Amino acid sequence: MVHVHKFDTVIVGGGGAGLYAALEASKKCKTAVVSKLYPQRSHTGAAQGGIAAALGNLEEDHPDWHAYDTVKGGDYLTDQKAAQVLAEDAVKVVYDLEHRGLAFSRLENGKIAQRRFGGHTNNFGKGPVRRACYAADRTGHMILQTLFQQCVENNVEFFNEFFAMDIIMDGNRAKGVSCYEIRTGDVHVFYAKAIMFATGGYGRVFMVTSNALSGTGDGPALVAKAGLPIQDMEFYQFHPTGIYRMGVLITEGVRGEGGILKNRHGTPFMEEYAPTLLDLAPRDMVSRAISEELLKGNGIRGDKKINDYVHLDARHLGRKLIESRLPDICEFCETYLGIDPSEHPIPVQPTAHYAMGGIPTDIDGRVHDGKRVIEGLYAAGECACVSVHGANRLGTNSLLELVVFGRRTGKHIADYVQGVDSPSGDASGADTVISRISSLRNKKTSKPIGPILQKMKQTMMEQVGVYRTESEMEQAIQTVKSLRDEMGGVVLQDSSSNFNTEVQSYFEAENLLLVAHSIAVSAKNRQESRGAHARSDFPERNDDEWLKHSLVRMKGEIDISYSSVDVSRWEPKPRTY
Amino acid sequence: MNVTLAVERFNPETDKEPYIVEYDVEVDENDRVIDALLYVSENQDSTLGFRKSCAHGVCGSDAMRINGVEKLACKTLIHDVTDEQNSKITVEPLRHYGVERDLIVNHDVFMEKYSKVRPYFIPASPAGSEEYIQSPEDRLRIDEATKCINCGACYSACPILETNPNFLGPQALVQAIRFVNDSRDKGLEARLDVLDNPNGLWGCQQKFECTKVCPRDIKITKLINQTKRTVEKYRKERGEKVNKGE
Repeated sequence: MVHVHKFDTVIVGGGGAGLYAALEASKKCKTAVVSKLYPQRSHTGAAQGGIAAALGNLEEDHPDWHAYDTVKGGDYLTDQKAAQVLAEDAVKVVYDLEHRGLAFSRLENGKIAQRRFGGHTNNFGKGPVRRACYAADRTGHMILQTLFQQCVENNVEFFNEFFAMDIIMDGNRAKGVSCYEIRTGDVHVFYAKAIMFATGGYGRVFMVTSNALSGTGDGPALVAKAGLPIQDMEFYQFHPTGIYRMGVLITEGVRGEGGILKNRHGTPFMEEYAPTLLDLAPRDMVSRAISEELLKGNGIRGDKKINDYVHLDARHLGRKLIESRLPDICEFCETYLGIDPSEHPIPVQPTAHYAMGGIPTDIDGRVHDGKRVIEGLYAAGECACVSVHGANRLGTNSLLELVVFGRRTGKHIADYVQGVDSPSGDASGADTVISRISSLRNKKTSKPIGPILQKMKQTMMEQVGVYRTESEMEQAIQTVKSLRDEMGGVVLQDSSSNFNTEVQSYFEAENLLLVAHSIAVSAKNRQESRGAHARSDFPERNDDEWLKHSLVRMKGEIDISYSSVDVSRWEPKPRTY
Repeated sequence: MNVTLAVERFNPETDKEPYIVEYDVEVDENDRVIDALLYVSENQDSTLGFRKSCAHGVCGSDAMRINGVEKLACKTLIHDVTDEQNSKITVEPLRHYGVERDLIVNHDVFMEKYSKVRPYFIPASPAGSEEYIQSPEDRLRIDEATKCINCGACYSACPILETNPNFLGPQALVQAIRFVNDSRDKGLEARLDVLDNPNGLWGCQQKFECTKVCPRDIKITKLINQTKRTVEKYRKERGEKVNKGE
C-alpha cells in the first residue's frame, strides 16, 4: 500500500541536528520528522565528553581562539568562515540548550562546568583551555533527551521507524522522499518544499567502531544515488581510545581530566609525538602515535600487529574524581572489561568514530554540488560536510556541529518555504522503491548478508584505516566493488509485511557498501597526507596540489571533482602541537 | 564456545501462539547477547525480529527478557548468562507492551504515558542572557533520574501493571521526578495532577522490581517514595488530602 503526505518540511533523522531543526522549522511551517529509530535512540545520545563553547566560565576564552583551533585541528582543510560561525554560534546554542533544561554539570558558583579537550587552546595554540561544557560523561544523552523533550512539548510530528529509501528529484530541485514503514511494510511518499537529511554517520563500514549499528550512511548514500556528489569522503576519524576489540568509546574526557596513554613499558609515549599538548593532541595524531607504538612492538601484547592495544591510565586521578566526572566510563569498564579504572589501566585501541566528509552544504545547511545549490535539499550533522572539521575534527566539536547547523538549517528552512510553491506529486513517487523491494523477492538462489558485511568491514579496517597506501586501497576498491555485485545474489527470506527488518537491513548494507566504496576511491585519489588521511606513500601535506575539497559522484561512472577551501583568515602553516 | 539461543517468536499476522526457536551459535564468552542475535539474523535466519542500535547500553533499543530477567542485550555478555552446566540462553520479549513481532514490542502506550507527565522543562523564572545558576548540590538531585534512556525494562518488570494497566509505570514517573527535583523548574506544581493520582505515584506499591532490572542503575523505587513524601508534605501544608483514590 502507498500513502502520500504533503508537508512544508520533511526532516529525515531524529538526532541532535534533526530535532533542533524540527524545533525551529515547526515554529513556522508544517514539519514532519521521519526516523528509522525512535528519536531518543539516536546516536547523538552516545556522545560522552562535552560540547565546545568559549563561555570562559573558568578562564579567559574567545570564539576566535576556538575558530582558530578548529581550522588548525582540521589541518587547514576547514572552511574558515564556517569555523567562525561554529565558534560564535556555540555560545548562543549552549545557553539555549541550558534554557531548555539541559542538565549540565556545574561549577561551585553554579555556572556550567567546563574541562579540557584535545586541540582546544588559548591564545592560538599556547596551551590547553577548558572549553568543553559537559554533563558528566553523558553530554550527548542530555542533549538528545532535552531536544526530544522540547519536541514533545511543541507537538512536533514524528513518523518513527520509517526508513528513507529514495529522494524524488525534479530537475535541480528535491521534492520528496520515499520511505518504507517498518511497522506495516507500506511505502510512504512525503512531498515537501524542503527535504533535510540528518541521518548521522557511517562508522559501521569499519570492523572496530564506536558507532551505532544504525550508523549506515543512509543520507550520503541516498544523495549519491540521486546522482549528486558527496564531499571529502577520504577523511574519516579514528578515535584513539576505543575499548580493545569492541570499539566502545572511552571519552577523550578521561585524558581531559588527566588520564595518560602508556605503552607496555609504562612509558607515557605522547611526549615523543606532541611535546606541548601531549595526550591532548588532536585525535588523528594520537591515533597515529598509538599505531606507531604498536608497530614498534610497544603494544601491550608486543607482537607488532596493528590490532594490538595500549593502556589508558587514569588510576592517579583517584576514585572520587573518576566516579563523579566519568561515571559511565566506570560502568563500561565494569560491564565490558570487568575492571575498575581506579585500579586498572584501560586497554584501548583506535576505533572508527566520525565522518568528516558527507553531503556538501553551506553554513545554512543548503546542499550544493560544488557549483550550485540544489533547491529544496538540506543536510546537517555528521551526515553533512560544511566543512567545519576539514581533515580532522576536534573532540566536542561534533555535538556542537549538530546543534549549531541543525538549528541554522531549521531557521533557514522556516524562511525558505514561505516563498516557494508546494511540489506536485502522487503515489507514483513510490514506484522506484516498490520495484526495488519486489525485485529482491523474485530470485532463485540465496546468500546470507553476513559474510558480505564482514568482508567489507575487515577490508576497510585493514586497507583504508589509520595508515593507507596506493596498492592496499586499490585492493580495497576491487573487493568492495565485487561485494556490491554480490548483493545482487541476496534474496529476502521474509515475506511478512509487519516489522520486516530484513528489508531495512538489506538496504542499509547497500548504503554502507556505497559509502565504503566512495571512501576508498576518494582516499586513493588524494595523494598527500592531511589530518586523518595518512598515506605511507605520500607522507607530507601538499598544499600546492591538494588544498581543496574532493567531490565524488558514485552514480554511473565514478567521477571526482574539486572545490576550493576558504582560507580567508589564517594562512595554512605546518601543524605542530 | 557454542551456545543455544532459545528465542520466543511470534508474528501476529501468521501465528496463533508464540513458539520457541532454538539457534546454535558459536560465540566468544565476552560477546554480547546482541552479537549472538545479530549473527543469527545475518547468517542463519533473517526473519528474526529485534530492535538494536548503539550496542553499548546507552540508546535503550534492545531491552528484552534474557533468562527471564529484563536486560539490555548489548549490556549482557554471554558469560553473564551461561555457565559450565548451562549454555542455553532464553530470550523473550518485554511484558506489558504487546508483541509486534518476535522481540519487538509496541511502544505506543508507553510513550503516551511518557508524554502525559509533561516530561520537559517548565522554567520557574525567565532565562537571562547566560545560564541559569544551579549549585552542584542541586544538580546532584537530578543526576539519577536524568540517566533514564527510556528502554522500558522497568515497565516490563513492574508487577502492578499486571492488574492495573492504567498505572503510569516507573519510567514515566522517573521522567516526571527528573523535573520535580530540578531547582530551575516549576517542578511538582506543574505535574501535581498526574503524580498525585491513583494511577500516578500512588499506583506504586514498592515492589522494587523496576529498581532491580534498571540497566542504568536508577534507584527508581526510592525516587518514587521520596516524591510521595514531597506530595504529602505539599498537600499537608495546604490543608489538602492526597488523591490515593481510597
